[in-house]
Amino acid sequence: MDFSSINPILLLASLMVMATPLLLAATGELVVEKAGVLNLGVEGMMITGAICGFAIAVNTGSPILGLFAAAAGGAALSLLFAILTQFALANQVASGLSLTLFGLGLSALIGQGYQGIKPPPFPRLEIPLLSDIPVLGPILFRHDIVVYFGIALVVAVWWVLKNTRAGLVLRAVGENHDAAHALGYKVVRIRILAIMFGGACAGLGGAYISLIRVPQWTEGMTAGIGWIALALVVFASWKPWRVMLGAYLFGGVTVIQLNLQAAGVAIPVEYLAMSPYLITILVLVIMSADKSSAPASLGRSFHASQ
Amino acid sequence: MLKLEKRPQPSRMWTYLTPLVAVLLTMLAGAALFAFLGKDPILSIRTIFWEPLFSEFAFYYRPQLLVKGAPLVLIAIGLSLGFKAGIWNIGAEGQYIIGALCGAGVALAFYPLEAWFIFPLMVLAGALGGWAWAMIPALLKVRFGTNEILVSLMLVYVAEQLLASMSLGLLKNPEGFGFPGSRNLQQYPSAHNAELIAGTSMHWGVVAAFIAVILTYILLNRHILGFHIRLTGESPKAARFAGVNPARLILFCLGTAGALAGMAGLFEVSGPSGQVSIDFNVGYGFTAIIVAFLGRLHPVGILLAGALMALTYIGGEIAQSKLGLPAAAIQVFQGMLLFFLLAVDVTTNYRIRWTKREVA
Repeated sequence: MDFSSINPILLLASLMVMATPLLLAATGELVVEKAGVLNLGVEGMMITGAICGFAIAVNTGSPILGLFAAAAGGAALSLLFAILTQFALANQVASGLSLTLFGLGLSALIGQGYQGIKPPPFPRLEIPLLSDIPVLGPILFRHDIVVYFGIALVVAVWWVLKNTRAGLVLRAVGENHDAAHALGYKVVRIRILAIMFGGACAGLGGAYISLIRVPQWTEGMTAGIGWIALALVVFASWKPWRVMLGAYLFGGVTVIQLNLQAAGVAIPVEYLAMSPYLITILVLVIMSADKSSAPASLGRSFHASQ
Repeated sequence: MLKLEKRPQPSRMWTYLTPLVAVLLTMLAGAALFAFLGKDPILSIRTIFWEPLFSEFAFYYRPQLLVKGAPLVLIAIGLSLGFKAGIWNIGAEGQYIIGALCGAGVALAFYPLEAWFIFPLMVLAGALGGWAWAMIPALLKVRFGTNEILVSLMLVYVAEQLLASMSLGLLKNPEGFGFPGSRNLQQYPSAHNAELIAGTSMHWGVVAAFIAVILTYILLNRHILGFHIRLTGESPKAARFAGVNPARLILFCLGTAGALAGMAGLFEVSGPSGQVSIDFNVGYGFTAIIVAFLGRLHPVGILLAGALMALTYIGGEIAQSKLGLPAAAIQVFQGMLLFFLLAVDVTTNYRIRWTKREVA
């Protein structure tokens, strides 16, 4: 065992990278759930975004275009979920599951020719002056732009939900769709937009894994991150700031676990690899006591005739 | 514009018709997908649905239906109980793995003893293993109100890691020249889940699947517990007034699903697959979710849906080797089936009408 090989600065820096896909996907799902919709298809949308982004980045040579394609791919897949749940009034749990099963298959199909290819490198943004600060510089200010985008997204979502009319309407739709409908808000339209926003965020999160974090394409590479993102929303009690906290917590667990594997701790690799999932369960148990902050209409179908 | 009008009662006709319509739509969409991939669409669909049953090699493929269908039906039957009551166990894949590990563990502990009681003991261990794995989300839900969807799903990843650790460590074949994977149970007569009638591929898992279908049918239609399950699904409030104990129901539904999935895993590891290996699980636990819905959560429906899904597995393999259709295309095809089913299902509860746009 060799703990000296673990560099705490690198550890914290890679924590930020590790947390970003979770942060993006969970923030998107938070908005969806705030609108009263439970989309269990996050994993499927992430993996679809991962391959869409990868394929476009490889073919055009532009990783930025890849990110846009990933967001578009995730949003397109989420539109299927929107059609099922908002127009066909299908059960949201079943529809979300079908989205994940379908997305895993679709991504494997698209990704056939892309295994073992390296995507074009993503430029790293070294913020002048700030990145030269000792310790803090490498941890906080030498990342790619998506890391900062993720943080900005959380701030934006928090601000919009709290301080704008649009945020208020979205929350109203999620708390009581019948009342929102009676007030003249277009419940279905608002929910579809929220679902597509969630899909785009999940797709972006997936592409971050395949284009920047790994960077490579392998089948099923999201390995449950989409599901952890769903758990994170519960952990965060539907509050954007706590989503950020949770994402860094999970990023930290994953990074430490990987570092311990590399350092050759006496615990077998498989048991270390289990830890993020076990900790997710533990966190769910601790946080489940308080359900008061869940949107009241979460998971219920809306039909204007009722 | 299209308008949905709620039916006073779910349409009986559409309850039976929707799975058929969904299968037909999936065939159409699948044909389009295969055409897009540059394969002959009609030939592909024919290869998947016709070849395994009626071609000259059908004598080889038909028994395979039982091999693939049995675990799907066994798992889906268990899942359907929970789905009916609004209890979402989506971690059957994990329960399947743990069942296989426990059952194989018992067999390997007795190796090389030959005795009649080993196989029954393995079945028991498999069922207990799956049951225990499902009890984790069940107890957490009952005690702490934890979401069973997320917990059961997380446990799939944990089980997969456990499987890897077991096939590389504790259960590894000591005479396996260092290769990962356990001893082959097919070469251990007391533990082998062999064919019951030569040439049919009928093994104990198939028998168990049929028994499960029959018992579940009786449970749902003739027993108060079955009534409580249906009641809870249709109206949780009414169920509470009727004195249904939700905690007991959660434990029962998740436990049964886990035990059945565990048994399915055991029958697979001691029969068709033969050994514990890293890639032992092939996603039956997830495909069974589609089977349960396609069968309308009805035991007999699940039997038919399981057979159909097994057909797509076998036909998919033929299409893979004969037409070069990618394996993922079959996965997409199965995913589409659930999509179309959920979409068409709206006709069961709603009437679709063309109306002129209303003046607000």
